[in-house]
Amino acid sequence: MENQEIIAKVNDLLIDEFELEEEQLVPAANLKETLEIDSLDYVDLVVIIERNFGFKVKGEDFANIKTLHDFYEYIIKHAKSN
Amino acid sequence: MEDFILKKIESIDKNFTYCMNRVVITGMGIYSTIGKNVEEVKQSLYTGRSGIGFDPERKKMGFRSALTGIIEKPNLKGKLKRRQRVGLAEEGEYAYIATVEALKQAKIDQNFLDKIDVGILYGNDSSAKSVVESYDLLKEKKDTTLLGSGAIFQSMNSTISMNLSTIFKLRGINLTVSAACASGSHAIGMGYFLIRSGLQDIVICGGGQEINYHSMGSFDGLSAFSVREDKPEKACRPFDRDRDGLVPSGGAATLVIESYESAIKRGAPILAEVIGYGFSSNGDHISVPNVEGPAKSLEMALKNASIQANQIDYINAHATSTPVGDLNEAQAINKIFGQTKPWVSSTKSMTGHEMWMGGASEIIYSILMMHDSFVAPNINFENPDEHSAKLKIAAETIKNHNIDIFLSNSFGFGGTNSTLIVKKIK
Repeated sequence: MENQEIIAKVNDLLIDEFELEEEQLVPAANLKETLEIDSLDYVDLVVIIERNFGFKVKGEDFANIKTLHDFYEYIIKHAKSN
Repeated sequence: MEDFILKKIESIDKNFTYCMNRVVITGMGIYSTIGKNVEEVKQSLYTGRSGIGFDPERKKMGFRSALTGIIEKPNLKGKLKRRQRVGLAEEGEYAYIATVEALKQAKIDQNFLDKIDVGILYGNDSSAKSVVESYDLLKEKKDTTLLGSGAIFQSMNSTISMNLSTIFKLRGINLTVSAACASGSHAIGMGYFLIRSGLQDIVICGGGQEINYHSMGSFDGLSAFSVREDKPEKACRPFDRDRDGLVPSGGAATLVIESYESAIKRGAPILAEVIGYGFSSNGDHISVPNVEGPAKSLEMALKNASIQANQIDYINAHATSTPVGDLNEAQAINKIFGQTKPWVSSTKSMTGHEMWMGGASEIIYSILMMHDSFVAPNINFENPDEHSAKLKIAAETIKNHNIDIFLSNSFGFGGTNSTLIVKKIK
């Protein structure tokens, strides 16, 4: 998958599964404070990532993912190396 | 003299008739195999419509009986946020819908719930499907971090009260009452005590029951279900001589119960009054009911309500269509009501055995009958047995019958018995 494809897929998942609005999905958006993704949501993110991108997220990795941009970069890095 | 006064107070206390709050019902909501709301349910009760069908999947799973209540699975997307839905098991979805309807009738909105500490006491005694699905996923993935955030909240017995108290931001009493097939009834009874004593002004009570093969497999294995599969609507036949077992069913029913004073003060609709609660435990067989235990529950409820047997206009029987259960309940009813012979029917003939939901739903069914002056039929009652012959069983809808006071029985595994008495508010 190309980077843009991955970003598009992540956005689709956030819209469909997390019921976020497209206009909320700006790269600078803070996952916790702006997108209101809480600790329980992270559990579901792990499931969704594994199902759609084929790799397992390590819990400690989330500590370094603050914004949507960080999240895109993380998925791109791990999806491509998979 | 002091001794005399103390003994008098003690005896009054035991009857719970001493300066206690009156308890009224201000809202009802239901999601049932015979209707997705109170109005639909009323029509079904009046016409004697059955909600029972055949589930071929159960046959594939090796069930002796594939009969079950049939219910449409709701879709709450758009009604609840994802986070609110994720932890809801099937029975929680039914309970949410029923509770929305009940709160609307009770004129209770979120602003009200944010200001007043409303409690929840909901009957439920399983969440098997959620546990099974979670376990199957674990066996497949061998990784617990892939089970999803909703699994634990769906899997617990208290899933309904846990979820509804979060969704509605309730801040009063918050727990699930598990007492097998008497769960819904005891939930109302416990709420009644809290309001009588002034510890709560308003409590959301109810009962919820999942409908799926996951929860019913081991029950089917007891050969307790009817195998009249060629005619599902005829299978559930409480008190009938040719009954051969119960039919599992489910859904959810919610009642808002409140102190009379609170209801009057805020102008809430008053649908009926709970005037008595009785209970007992058989201390006997784990699954076969006896006569003494249920009779004791009936007697306690009458005493608690301070009324005589001849004041009961209708009995909504527990009768599930099992050979022994119905037999023993008929004897218990006859023991106390043999002289007065009120109308008796088991609405389970139409709905099937709603189990953890039943005690709550049957109060709603009976209130609907009370409001519209009819007795819903005990359908499929074609031939009595020796004991049911002594009861006045409504084989068809009894129209234009005034019900001022009704009594509802619920009995569960482990010999837990619950009886509620409800009166019309004129």
